[in-house]
Amino acid sequence: MKSTQLLCALCLSLAGQIAYAGPKIDHWVAPTGARVFFVENHSLPILDVQVDFVAGTAYDPPDKNGLAALTQGLLDMGVQGMDETQISNRLADLGAQLAGGADHDRASVNLRTLSTADKRIPALDIFRTVLTSPQFPPEVFDRERARTVAALKDALTRPEAIAGKAFWAAMYPTHPYGRQATPETVGALERSDLADFYRSHYTAKQATVTIVGDLARSQAEELAQQLTAELPTGAGATATAPAPPRLPEASEQRIAHPAAQAHLLMGLPALKRGDPDYFPLIVGNYSLGGGGFVSRLMKEVREKRGFAYSVYSGFQPLLQNGPFLIGLQTKKLQANDALKVTRDVLAGFLAKGPSAAELQAAKQNLVGSFPLRLDSNRKILENVAVIGFYGLPLNYLEHYAENIERVKASDVRAAFARHVTLENMVTVVVAGE
Amino acid sequence: MPIRYARLISLLLVLAAPTGVLANPFEQQLANGLRIIVKEDHRAPTAAHMVWYHAGSMDETNGTTGVAHLLEHMMFKGTPSTGPGEFSRRVAAAGGRDNAFTNKDYTAYFQQVPKQKLALMMQLEADRMRHLNLDSKEFAQEIKVVMEERRLRTDDQPQSLLYEQALAVALQAHPYRVPVIGWMNDLESMNVGDARTWYTRWYVPNNALVVIVGDVDHQEVFKLAEKYYGALAPRALPARKPQLEPQQTGIRRLTVKAPAELPVVLMAYKVPVLRDVEKDVDPYALEMLAAILDGHEAARFSKSLIREQRLATSAGAGYDSTARGPGLFFLQASPSEGRTRAELEAGLRAEITRIVKEGVTTEELARAKAQLVASEIYKLDSMFAQAMEIGQLESVGISYRLNTRMIEKLQDVNADQVRTIAQKYFGDDQLTVAELDPQPLPQTPRAHTAQPRH
Repeated sequence: MKSTQLLCALCLSLAGQIAYAGPKIDHWVAPTGARVFFVENHSLPILDVQVDFVAGTAYDPPDKNGLAALTQGLLDMGVQGMDETQISNRLADLGAQLAGGADHDRASVNLRTLSTADKRIPALDIFRTVLTSPQFPPEVFDRERARTVAALKDALTRPEAIAGKAFWAAMYPTHPYGRQATPETVGALERSDLADFYRSHYTAKQATVTIVGDLARSQAEELAQQLTAELPTGAGATATAPAPPRLPEASEQRIAHPAAQAHLLMGLPALKRGDPDYFPLIVGNYSLGGGGFVSRLMKEVREKRGFAYSVYSGFQPLLQNGPFLIGLQTKKLQANDALKVTRDVLAGFLAKGPSAAELQAAKQNLVGSFPLRLDSNRKILENVAVIGFYGLPLNYLEHYAENIERVKASDVRAAFARHVTLENMVTVVVAGE
Repeated sequence: MPIRYARLISLLLVLAAPTGVLANPFEQQLANGLRIIVKEDHRAPTAAHMVWYHAGSMDETNGTTGVAHLLEHMMFKGTPSTGPGEFSRRVAAAGGRDNAFTNKDYTAYFQQVPKQKLALMMQLEADRMRHLNLDSKEFAQEIKVVMEERRLRTDDQPQSLLYEQALAVALQAHPYRVPVIGWMNDLESMNVGDARTWYTRWYVPNNALVVIVGDVDHQEVFKLAEKYYGALAPRALPARKPQLEPQQTGIRRLTVKAPAELPVVLMAYKVPVLRDVEKDVDPYALEMLAAILDGHEAARFSKSLIREQRLATSAGAGYDSTARGPGLFFLQASPSEGRTRAELEAGLRAEITRIVKEGVTTEELARAKAQLVASEIYKLDSMFAQAMEIGQLESVGISYRLNTRMIEKLQDVNADQVRTIAQKYFGDDQLTVAELDPQPLPQTPRAHTAQPRH
């Protein structure tokens, strides 16, 4: 009787939340070939536009690590008819915010502007010129290359950055995802490298345009076309898209450092976007180390032993298999103890999977928190841009809750056995000597 | 004031008060002194719930620095009706996210939840407001976690160390000189009794503010507040000593050595903060100065120091006009390769001198104002940001209702006022200069790789 009541209460609460299926996403292909994703929302006088190109760091040519990021960084530092100061001043005059970056797969540029025509139209016009006519002025190139080198050198003194770089290199020893910009590779870049990279990767066919906010569909169609019409028509990046990575052999790397705390990372290439095991893996990971204070790693490493302030596990799905990773920081002397506890927790989870109570808690949170993932235009933009760029189903958000609900404990165990294999797990410990 | 901003301001007023609900946000005070502010925002079926305690690190005394933050951690360790860790488990089960943060002025707790779960959050927060267990075994584990947090965020972060040391030199009497996380030795000698004393002293309804922003009905929220928080007994608060900082009468300098590549120059000038929203002028002018120096990619510091002179690889300015304690205006920069810290300091000073001598342009000022107005509208995209704004203003003693007035006052700042404050506050006698002297990493044998032991 008691369990039936509980179950029904759960059904009711979940049903109530499933009813919120997320925003309606309009999708079309612009005449330029750019794929467009649009969420119309007039509740605030704000418009957000993001353009993602298949031009992330994985597309760095083998001897030019750092090229993709530097190219993205220089887009708004000089365009046809405007230098970097004019661009920034005009955007500020309009109250518009231009931002972006490059991750492993994507180079992104996004604009947030007020939606009233007197602000929106000039702001979008600057955005268009940033996308379509960057000039990479020589003196700006020299300066930004030097600043990037300085930042990379500084990062190489910090334990968290040293650990991160060693970790990616160990996971992807021969794959583009493992390539790292260094002071030497960036120092050797030339201005023509940026112009070439831009011409071949920033094409309309390699672009995904995501528009969220106070705009009508017809205006959105016009906007997507305008933004992408004058992009380069180069060969495109598909020819050099990264192949699936090979799994590394298990290894453990120790790097000395004078820091008070050791930084521990362990993981392996594990999951790509669109993989059918995605849902069992994120449900399982919630119990292992993704669910904040309620996860096993947090309980064993932090709550029970006081070993760390932060300890987590997670999947970072990419176009090809992105990492599963566990990370923590602990004072030098107890690094080995913390490593042992972490490995025991992982081994225990891989052997038995989540308990019934853990599985239920994971589903309750992942389904229940769904509205929180979409309660601002900014969050909607981020979610829809990922759906668009990776070609996830348009009803991904609509079916999110039921895909979580469907996961059984045996699915979690089986999916972890397929994706998280200890014989391929690399470990990096910095400052654990 | 150019008219195009006036139009945006009125737009802002309309947005701040959704159709037909001119009183939004709504406010009520319970008989026990607890205040509740509710801002209805019906754009998504969620709510942000925050409890702000008017006690932060500035209310600590020497020997127990860090206790405000330690108590924040202990607030998740259970009450007679909610076991250790149970608080976060119940928030998670409700589909929510929760956390907390401690600052110099306040300690705040929050949950973001589907709106149906708001009542449960209020029940849980009310419970731990007066019924915390404070068990010595839980304390013994948690103090270790806090020491790890200090190592992570301060001891191994050269720039955090620099900032910590700079504050301790710039201020000698006011408790803002003490780091929020506490000195390591104070953490090492802290006991559960210190936490209990702190909790008993400050965690009472008459020292707290509840802020709720979300898809809720304010009448219903007030009823829930009465139901859950209404029964908690108030208690008189201890007197707060002003601990005013004595006048600084000469430049102060310090150096911090830590493993790094890039040097850092950090300059802190003593300046006023907002005490009277209507009468004060200088804090608004200082906010505008910060925006003119560092408000966008082509603002003065970036344009002149990084781009034109190539003297700095990064440069920034920072000022917060709202605080319970004294104000500081920070300039911070790292030199380009081949340039010295002394050259960089001279470069930063030259930018201030240029403002004293030549003033700022009307274009620069208009630009800073346009950004300010837009950012106020962008803030409406986040329920959490709106709740933060209300709580932060209230915790320094400024009514959230004065926020629009503050925006208007910022719009009123003119170029003469900016020049005047640059002249008035940026002399050497009120200055502290802190330098990060980067140390090379010790030469170590190459990394070795071994097969792991599972």
